[in-house]
Parts: sequence; C-alpha cells; structure tokens
Amino acid sequence: MCCFPFFTCRQGGVFMRGQRFIRDVRDPSRRILLLTIGVSVLFFILLMRLWYLQIVKAEDFQHLSENNRLRLVPVAASRGTILDRNGEILVDNLPSFSIAVIPQEVTDKEGLLKNLSRLVGMDVADLSEKWEKARKRNRYQPIILASNISRDQLEILEENRLFLPGLDVEMHPIRAYSHGLLGAHLFGHLGEISEQEMGNDRFAEYNPGDYVGKSGIERYWEKELHGADGGRQIEVDAMGRFLRTVSERSPTTGNSLVLTIDLALQKAAESAFGEQAGAAVALDVNSGEVLAFVSNPSFDPALFAGRLPAETWNEYLNDKRHPLENKALKGQYPPGSTFKIITAIAGLEEGLIDENTSVTCTGSYKFGNRSFGCWKRTGHGTVSLRKALRESCDVYFYRLGEQLGVDKIAFYAKKFGLGEPLGIGLENEKAGLIPTKAWKEKRYGKKWLSGETLSVAIGQGYVLTTPLQLAAMTAEVANEGTVYAPHLVKKVVSPEGKVLREFHPEVVRRVSLKAGTWQAVKRGLFAVVNEPGGTGAVARLYEVNVAGKTGTSQVVKLRDRRGGIPYQYRDHALFVAFAPYDKPEIAVAVVVEHGEHGGSAAASVASRILRTYFEGKGLIKKPVTQKTYSSATSQGEPPMAESVEPVPAVPEEQHGND
Amino acid sequence: MIDRRLFINFDWGFFLLFLLIAGIGVMNISSATASYTLQDTSYALKQVYWILIGLFVVIQVCSIDYHLFEDVAYWGFGILVFLLLVVLLVGKTSMGATRWLHLGFISFQPSELMKIVIIMVFSSYLANFSGSGGLSLKDLVKPFILLGVPTILIMKQPDLGTATLVVLIAFSMIIYTGVRFKAIVTLLLAALPTVFLGWRYYLRDYQKERVLNFLSPERNPLGSGYHIIQSKIAVGSGGLTGKGFTQGTQTQLRFLPEQHTDFAFSVFSEEWGFIGCLVVLLLYFFLILWGLNIARRCNDNFGRLMAVGVSAMLFWHIVINIGMVIGLFPVVGVPLPLFSYGGTSMITSMIGLGILLNIRMRRFMF
Repeated sequence: MCCFPFFTCRQGGVFMRGQRFIRDVRDPSRRILLLTIGVSVLFFILLMRLWYLQIVKAEDFQHLSENNRLRLVPVAASRGTILDRNGEILVDNLPSFSIAVIPQEVTDKEGLLKNLSRLVGMDVADLSEKWEKARKRNRYQPIILASNISRDQLEILEENRLFLPGLDVEMHPIRAYSHGLLGAHLFGHLGEISEQEMGNDRFAEYNPGDYVGKSGIERYWEKELHGADGGRQIEVDAMGRFLRTVSERSPTTGNSLVLTIDLALQKAAESAFGEQAGAAVALDVNSGEVLAFVSNPSFDPALFAGRLPAETWNEYLNDKRHPLENKALKGQYPPGSTFKIITAIAGLEEGLIDENTSVTCTGSYKFGNRSFGCWKRTGHGTVSLRKALRESCDVYFYRLGEQLGVDKIAFYAKKFGLGEPLGIGLENEKAGLIPTKAWKEKRYGKKWLSGETLSVAIGQGYVLTTPLQLAAMTAEVANEGTVYAPHLVKKVVSPEGKVLREFHPEVVRRVSLKAGTWQAVKRGLFAVVNEPGGTGAVARLYEVNVAGKTGTSQVVKLRDRRGGIPYQYRDHALFVAFAPYDKPEIAVAVVVEHGEHGGSAAASVASRILRTYFEGKGLIKKPVTQKTYSSATSQGEPPMAESVEPVPAVPEEQHGND
Repeated sequence: MIDRRLFINFDWGFFLLFLLIAGIGVMNISSATASYTLQDTSYALKQVYWILIGLFVVIQVCSIDYHLFEDVAYWGFGILVFLLLVVLLVGKTSMGATRWLHLGFISFQPSELMKIVIIMVFSSYLANFSGSGGLSLKDLVKPFILLGVPTILIMKQPDLGTATLVVLIAFSMIIYTGVRFKAIVTLLLAALPTVFLGWRYYLRDYQKERVLNFLSPERNPLGSGYHIIQSKIAVGSGGLTGKGFTQGTQTQLRFLPEQHTDFAFSVFSEEWGFIGCLVVLLLYFFLILWGLNIARRCNDNFGRLMAVGVSAMLFWHIVINIGMVIGLFPVVGVPLPLFSYGGTSMITSMIGLGILLNIRMRRFMF
C-alpha cells in the first residue's frame, strides 16, 4: 500500500545537527512534491473506482437496489452439549420448527394471520403484536411468529402452504434435557435475548431473536456454548421467491462442556430430597471439583425455551418452596451448629481451649442478666470439646464465643471462605455474611452487643452462609487447610472432540493451623456420626467412616415449639460431612429448608449422597434390589422404596473407636 | 502569545475548507439518520455540538507555539503508553469491571490520541536526523521501537483500524524523511520470510481464517461481506447524479451498516451520485494538498514534519475509509474525518487542523 516514492535525496550537503531553525538543505519542496504525487495517485484510484461503480456498473447496482434482491437467511448454530464427568449427556439439542414471515412479501397480513390462527390455533392478537414489535427492526429480515411448533402443526402448515403466502417454516436446534428436571438450576435455562442484553458488549454479535443462556452454566459459559450462527445470502425475485444462493456459511456448533458433576450423585441427591425443599453440594476434597450441585425442588428448563405457559409460571411463583431459586448458590442460611466447627477452631487456635477443657452445661448459660438456653434443656453435664461437638452443646460454645469475641470468630470464618463468594463460575453467587463489630457499626450505625457474639458462636444471629460455602468449609477441614478453587467445568471440548481448555485443581490458599487443632476438631466430627449420643448417627455408613456436623437454624424465635408450626416458620435442617474419615475424598453440605432438626432430615440426604459416591467407588455394594429395577424392563410402579433407605443398625463395638 | 501578526497569518481559507466539509458531513448525517426514529436528539445536531467543541479545541491548539510540542512529545508518549497498558491490564482482570473502565476510556481512547502523539514523537526524532542519504537501518531502530510498543498495545485491545493508522502515519513520515536503499532491501528481505514462517507455523487456523476474511470479505457473507455488498449497491446505484437528499433507498431502508459513522460516505454516494462524490473527493484532495503546502512553506524541520504527519493522518483516514466503502480495502473501523458521526473522530481531526493552522500562523516568526 506504500505508494510514496522511496527515493532519497542524494545531495546531503551541510546540515546543522540539532538546530531547529536552520533551513533544511535537503530541499523539502522536492520531497513534498513526491508526497503530493503519491496522494494524487491514490485519490485518482478512488475516483476511478467510483467511476466504475457509479457510471460503468450503475445500471446493475440500480437493478439490485430497486427492491434489494439480496436476503440474509440465518442458520442457527447448535449449542454445545453439556456432559457429566463420565461423559454422560446432560443437556443436548433437538430440532425445532418455527413459523416466520418476511413482512415485505406479505400482501394480506390480516388474511394470513387469520388463516394461521385457524389452522394451528394461535391467537391473532398475539401474532399481530409480535409482528409489530419485530417490524420496527428491518423489514427484510424474517419475523419469527411462533417458535417450537409441534409436528402436527408443522404438517398442517406444510399442507396448506399455498394459502399462506409469505410464510416460512424455519428449523433450528433447541435444547433437550436428557434428564428432565435434573440439575436445572445448575445447567440453567435459555431464553430469547432481551433488549437490554442486545445493548451489552458481551452480546455485540448477537441478533434479535437469538437464544442465550439466562442462568446457570448456560449463562456463564454462553460464549463457549453458543457457537457461531451461519447463514446464506440468497437472491430472490421481486415476489420474494428464492432464485439462487449467492454465498453461504455453515454454522459452527458451540463447544461442549465436560462438567465435574457426577450424574449418579446428582440423581441420588435430588431423589433423596423428595418433596423437601433445600440444597446440597458435594465437593471433591482433593481438587475442588463439584460432584453434585442440587437445589430442590427443580423446575423444567425446557418450558423456558418457548413461551412459558402462564399456569406453570404462576405455579412456580406461588410454590412456597421457591423452585426457581438456586438455593445452593444463592440461598443464604444461618449455618446453625455447623458453624461450631469454626468457633471450635478459633478457640483452639487462640489457645482458649484444648481438647480436654471441660465446661459444665446446666442447660443454660448466664450472660449478664440474660440467660441463653442450650438446645438440651436438661443440660449436658460436664462437656469436653469432643462431647460439645458430638452432642452439639450450645453452652460450651456460648462460653467460648464470649471469650473469643465476634471479630476473632470472623477472622477464622474468613479463613474458611465464609462471608464472600467463592467464584464457582456461576453468576450472582451470594456472599453470605460473617458479622464483625465494624460491619454492624457501618450497616446499622449501632455498637455490637456482646450478647450477639453468643448467637454468632452457634451460627445464629447475623451469620449467613450458602450451602456451597458450607461444603467448601467442610472440604477445607477435611484436607486440613488446603483450599481448592471450587469449579464446575473440567474441560471445554470442540465439536470435533479436541480438548480446548482443561481445568486442573487450583490451590487458592493454604491455611495453616496447629496440627492439634485439625485433629481435635475432626475427632469431634467423627464422634458426631459414630459415637452414642452423636447427633448425626443417621449419616453413619458401615463400610466407610463418616465425620460430620449437624445444624438446626432458626427461622424465627418461637417460645412454644410444641404442636404444629407453620411450614415457613419451621427450622432449617443442616448437615455437613466428609468421608472417609482417615483419607477424606468427598465433602458434602446439605440444607433442608424447614426440615426441622438436622440430625435426621439433612443427614439422611447427605448419607444418600455419600453412599452413592462409595458405591461408585466399589467400596459399598449396591443393594441387590436396586439392580433389578435399574434394568428398567418393567414399566410398572416406580420404585417407592428408593427414598426410604433403611439406616443400618450400629454395632456397639464401633462406638468410640477412632 | 497571540499577537496581531498571528491573527493576520491565520489561514482562513484552510479553516473554511475544513468547515465546509464538516458542514456537508452534518447534512449527510441528517439524511443517514432520518430513518432512526427512536433517537431523542438528532445525530446531526449532536455532530454540530461536536464541531463547536472541536473549534474550541482548534483555538486552544493554535494558541500554543507548536515548538512546545517538541518538548512535551516524549512525555505525552510515555503517559499514553501507560494509559494503553492500564486499559489492557484492567480490561483483563474481571469481566464485570472491564466494561466500566473500558467505557470510560473508549469515549476518549488513548489509542486515538496516540495518532497525534506519534506524529509529535516522530517529528521530534526525525527533525534532529542529520545523516545524508536517508535513514539507515541503525537510525530506524529507535523509531521502530517507538512505533512498535503502542502498536502492539493497540492491536491487543483489539483495535486494528487505529493500529493500522498509527503505522501508516509513522511510515509516511519515515518515507518523507527518506530511507537508504540498503535499509529498504534489508527490511524487505527480513519481512518476507517472517510473514511466511509466521503464517505457516505461528498462526492458528482460526486466526488465519480471520486474516483471510479480513482481506477478502466475500469469504464471510454474513459479516463484513454482506456489508460491503450492500455498500457497493448503495454507491453504484447512486449513478451519475444520485437519488437525491434523503432519497437513498439503501440508506433509508437501512441496508447499510453503521451508516452514520463508518459508512457515511456510502450514504452520500447513493444520494449525490458520482458528481457529489467528485466534489467531496476534490475538497478532500485540496485539504491534503493544503496541508502539504503548509509543510512546504514551513521553515523548520520539526514543523514541517508535524505538518506532513498531520496531513498523512487525514489522508490515510480518507483513503482507507472511502476505499472500504467502495470495496477496495478490507473492512476496518476507520472513520471518515469530518464526515462520520462521532466526537472522538471530530476532536482528533480538529486537533490536526489546529496543529496545521498553528504551523502556518508562525511561519514568519523566525
């Protein structure tokens, strides 16, 4: 493109270095002349080109512009599939058909809409509204009037094509959810791109009517999953009929994601919840990989692909179990007694207690002129740390909390990732809340009251955590301080099967505590599940040693807890656990909303997850009964027994053996 | 500083030529945006505001003796390189935060100002070049580093259009100064195998695809290819006399991409035809010649180089933009000075105008 002459002046002559105001001896006029020639040449080329286009070819272009005969027909790309860690398909694609029109080619709009409505039973006003809305954009682009029509509707339309001039049926791929409602919150749903999103840089290359991830992985990984739409440039005649393809670009399928999720575990966890609302997260202790990510009840993501029926929408909205909310990511619950793990660690690290420190629990703790009750009104008697964790004695932790102060507790809580989002790779992750004196001052403009520290020590009061954070906390306890970045995606794979990106375990930080601290706390957690009097006995497994902690978090303070408490006021049940005790592999956190005491409702869900995990590892034999119905030959009754797992009886010898 | 002599020497003709083109530009924008119904304030009016702001900038730039630019050139260069780095680094950290800072800078991108600053830095360096027979390879090392750093940073943004312009401006100034024959041959010999090896081994398939699409838009019928074809239809269908103001079908039916910014000239071509294009092209041609004439009549090396640089900047904008619109050049986001809607482009052009007027005003001062 360099058209300036390259010659240099030969006559150098005397030249005074570094002085500005001396006339240059290398005749500048001559050099400027050379530039002028270069400029003239390029301007002349431009002019010649304009001559060619506007004079020589004018007729051709005028012909083309008359009623612009070039059309762009988009061909939508298939989104990438989503697979579980073992390559099982979780989310895939199906062909779907939609009805489109090119407004410019429709002479009788009313008639067309009437015919359409008569043939496939669609509301004329509805169609008309869509039409008007889209028309503002570009009158030569097809307008989608209805998407995802049924095969029957498609057949009727094809048969009556003659009476529907200007109508076009387009095929495009839509999402198919191989396992129905499974993991809906995690995978997320798609929706038509909103006007707000269209204005966003992130969606700069999208067109109106495109489908984009609206939540979950579909949203976060939109860029990888989306692929690139293709299209054809076609020439049409004055009637809008196809003449020939001018050029074509085939669509590129989006990249696939291999998740860290284990389908079997995810399934087991979801079915363990049954009708109960809640969330569960299972993490690989030694990599931060998320093995299961459950929010129950689920919703049907497929319904969001088209127009969501109003009844379903209302049903979702009015369900007091909030099926649309991703509770594992955004549900913020007081951690209840599961937080005692943090309080215990803080106490041990600060040297306020050791394993042998004992406290007498009389059923309540005097603080100033107030009395803080232990959940066990009759008291626990003499309590060591191990017993305090095992039986979840509140008094022990009230006392410890008072000694620690809220800021010390917060200091250790933050070492365990509480109070801030973990960055799991989903949008709008909640931070939870770990209160400090400064926080209250700032938030409420009021001084921290010492009594509030007591509530914090047992995970009540202002403390809030998400199920995800609780799982990460448990994993950190299990592996004694190595914090892995929790992540959901193992690999990004191209449509050809080439691995584009791979995510390896990443150590975010290491928390070093005294060696004795980890051991003391873990022994206590072992006792919770495996010793008599332990609150988490429900989670006990024969074959593998489980350690854990129960929690009950108050939704409201109720003096009289007897009799029927309305659903929304019932306590949440929590359970965190890891296993195997000696060489931890998996950490689990379960919250059952309004599930009342944690020992049962949440621990049994956790137990199901752990059992399934170790079944997969071959450490636990699958019950024979389960095998028969998994072959799915009988189409009869669904297996009812599945959700009622018998809790194995505990042999006496195992008690106290750690 | 402003004394009577300066006022007398103010180049009214050049100034009015600038305003004339800008005026045609405003008229054209009003037609290009006639079909935009959703806008509150009209683009044309906003463009007038930008011109007024630009005139204020012209006065500012004129009031400083341009020799001062030589003293601040390297400082300005350093600050801009730093800002370019900031844009890149902050842009990388988190997705959410990018847009914020990104937006903050994109409205006045450091890369845009780099066009002006590279002219100053090169003028400063080349003005002090004293060797006879043109620049040797050794003399070219420093300019290449000065050029390479900002270019790479701008490419990373990525803003191919601006990077191309910065390179073209710098090359124009180097070529004006003169390069030894030996140096040219050596550089060409080095460049060819680099390009070949880079293409063969370094670039990934999708990157090659991108380069090829860039060079021949027809390969990509949905993106730039479609735009180019529509633009060519617009220009060609204008014929000899055009379809008339606001009568362009391609324009009013919005077949053109970015028709009030990068493709403003195709709107003009459609509505005013070959005759209109000829007039505007001639006006631009005079503008450049006038700039070069200011360079010719300047008495010191620095001023002359500055004038050449600014003229080159305007020239390359014009050639690349019009070349793109009529399908001669690849599609790069380069606006047409004084014609395309947009504050950034207008201010840059006005700074250029200010510099040229400045040099012209002070040519008898020494």
